[in-house]
Amino acid sequence: MAAEQKMTYETWPASPEKQTLEAKNKFLGFWFFLGGETVLFASLFATYLALKDKVPSSDMALAKDLFEIPLAFMMTMLLLTSSLTSVYAMYHMKNFNFKKMQLWLGITVLLGLGFLGLEIYEFNHYVHEFHHSFTSSAFGSAFYTLVGFHGGHVAFGLLWITTLMIRNSKRGLSLYNAPKFYVASLYWHFIDVVWVFIFTVVYLMGMVG
Amino acid sequence: MSTLAQKKGFGATLWDYLTTVDHKKIAILYLIAGGFFFLLGGLEAMFIRIQLAVPNNDFVSAGLYNEILTMHGTTMIFLAAMPLIFAFMNAVMPLQIGARDVAFPFLNSLGFWLFFFGGVFLNLSWFLGGAPDAGWTSYASLSIASEGHGIDFYALGLQISGAGTLIGGINFLVTIINMRAPGMTYMRMPMFTWATFVTSALILFAFPALTVGLFLLIFDRMFGSNFFDPAMGGNTIIWEHFFWIFGHPEVYILVLPAFGIFSEIFAIFSRKRLFGYSSMVFATVLIGFLGFMVWAHHMFTTGMGPIANAIFAVATMAIAVPTGIKIFNWLFTMWGGSITFTTPMLWAVAFIPSFVAGGVTGVMLASAAQDYQYHDSYFVVAHFHYVIVGGVVFALFAGAHLYWPKMFGTMLNEFLGKITFVLFFIGFHLTFFIQHFLGLWGMPRRIFTFLPGQGLETANFVSTVGAFFMAAAVIVLLINVVITTVKNEKVGNDPWGDGRTLEWAIPSPPPFYNFKQLPLVRGLDAYWLEKMEGKQGMSPAEPLGDIHMPNNSFIPFVISFGLFVAAFGAMYRADYSWGIPVLIVGMLITLGSMFVRSIKDDHGYHIHKEDLEDNNDKGVKA
Repeated sequence: MAAEQKMTYETWPASPEKQTLEAKNKFLGFWFFLGGETVLFASLFATYLALKDKVPSSDMALAKDLFEIPLAFMMTMLLLTSSLTSVYAMYHMKNFNFKKMQLWLGITVLLGLGFLGLEIYEFNHYVHEFHHSFTSSAFGSAFYTLVGFHGGHVAFGLLWITTLMIRNSKRGLSLYNAPKFYVASLYWHFIDVVWVFIFTVVYLMGMVG
Repeated sequence: MSTLAQKKGFGATLWDYLTTVDHKKIAILYLIAGGFFFLLGGLEAMFIRIQLAVPNNDFVSAGLYNEILTMHGTTMIFLAAMPLIFAFMNAVMPLQIGARDVAFPFLNSLGFWLFFFGGVFLNLSWFLGGAPDAGWTSYASLSIASEGHGIDFYALGLQISGAGTLIGGINFLVTIINMRAPGMTYMRMPMFTWATFVTSALILFAFPALTVGLFLLIFDRMFGSNFFDPAMGGNTIIWEHFFWIFGHPEVYILVLPAFGIFSEIFAIFSRKRLFGYSSMVFATVLIGFLGFMVWAHHMFTTGMGPIANAIFAVATMAIAVPTGIKIFNWLFTMWGGSITFTTPMLWAVAFIPSFVAGGVTGVMLASAAQDYQYHDSYFVVAHFHYVIVGGVVFALFAGAHLYWPKMFGTMLNEFLGKITFVLFFIGFHLTFFIQHFLGLWGMPRRIFTFLPGQGLETANFVSTVGAFFMAAAVIVLLINVVITTVKNEKVGNDPWGDGRTLEWAIPSPPPFYNFKQLPLVRGLDAYWLEKMEGKQGMSPAEPLGDIHMPNNSFIPFVISFGLFVAAFGAMYRADYSWGIPVLIVGMLITLGSMFVRSIKDDHGYHIHKEDLEDNNDKGVKA
């Protein structure tokens, strides 16, 4: 099946994300890319764990002083929900329902923006209330690098999904753009999985010691 | 789109190479750029040996020596050996599996330009205030204290070129999994393709560790973070771990493709099927796996404690087993074969004892208790040059001679090729064998001079003489390349006469679509099987039809150029007010061109069936 072909609900295949060779390559290549990203985040987690609470003087804030459950919990719920809404979007993509896919992707983007807003508030809060900054200690450097890399991934994902939505808003689904939507949603899930680990390793473990 | 065999002007050719997404042209780009950096790294090696030829020499100053030594290692590993290996992977692997191109032609081009701009950025340090001087390992305790911008060039340059390598790795993995010709099962893939496959997996899982290490270094040096500053709670050992979690797999990233090239050569020039093919595959995968378990053997003297040292020592020694399997398989491939000693075969035969010598000293170094004696001495220098030169560089020379006809359609002169071999082989052992003893006699590595009367004069002088032999060998090769290119005598599909795999079934150089019809693969050594049955070429696996091809693109060049610009901004941010704007402009160039790539549809084009029919007599062969 050629990628440019005009599709209808009847001709739309079961796995539109891997019908052409280009799509199959994109699908597999993206999984490998996420494999590399896993090593990247694993390295950042290792750095964080090695440098957690490593501060130059005893009056500086440690993990147990900084983190609070309500904020981290809200961020977690926003991002987990956005992962769910991106699943809905992919469900409608597979059913050739372009409008509903766009709707759910839009909700995903809004939830992601909410998460990012809270993260910016959180960083600002730590810097101004606790003088816990990127340059204040090794702990600060490691914290902002790990969580900031994740936040940067969220921001990139939002730009990516928004670009896809706007670019394809007038022309609907095809076998050319279906894999593009699909790998963007894979990326979004990956970001979510990383956050689950950040929530556990940084926030929960940070508060209990 | 008739790019078929037209005479083009210089400008058009240049533009063609700047925008090409053809794996064969990208291979040539890798070969030229990698070859250039190889000469540069070789020149730095000559400066090192000249400085150490006699005691108390003042050919270069201590500070400059540190820069030359750092750049020699960095250039040779990242900018010469890896790109040259990528050149052969690009040139040969898609042909070996019967594919028309790699999975992501655009990314293939992007990978090259990222490497190229990263390499250029790193080497511009020579003209912009001094090169990096903390050794190719750039341990944080040294690199954080290094003044000037040398280390910044190192961190940013390697970050850019490393991204290119990672992209290349993913590309090759997907190509091999998704684009094999009909009948090309995994266990029918040529050994070089298997080596490319495992190497690409190593790249995928090893390079992100370097990426993170380099980010931490960049942040510490340029953006005020404290990862490696003990006074602020930091820890320099983090760098060592990341560097070697990347750095040890890197050794196998280099040497597995070398093994692959030699496996092809032994089979071709012994006119025999590779002995123990499946055990070869198993050994390659096992080496790749174990390669991730041994990084801390570079850090025995760091103080990890006896338990960690013991575990890493045993894991390291375990790698000798699959490597030994390979060595014996090569020997048994030659056993009873009808051997012709062509230039590639000479390199392959010489590789076995040279590499085994490096392997034996490797097992010696793997013993943690002994390592305290050898550590940071010339014994280590001798060891890794035996492995990297005796393994990888020999393979690059062998591969250059073997695949030159496939890449350029002309045959390198065999007589000059053998002179190159003899000079280099003698020079190599003359230079590095004696360094084992220099190390045992107490000469530390990375010192810019030594004193007279300590028994080190003769051995150092011998070592320097050897280096000149190697330089002469490279000059002979360059002359060979020039003569061959000027003579321009075209060769046929299978210039060595005994080609076994698919790349030898198509013209040299292949047409830009590689295979007019995808070939039907009926077993290991697919082309050899057909020849043994008296057939002229491969049977086609599909009727003649339109071929889908990707469009050329200038965007990879622009994306890479943007990062090159941004790197200058990041580096000079603290010194000049224009730093931040330049950083932003560079990132905008990169992200903007990525955005353009994303929103512009690129469906490629089709070569029509009729054009293919016009272009050849009966079709099947191409």
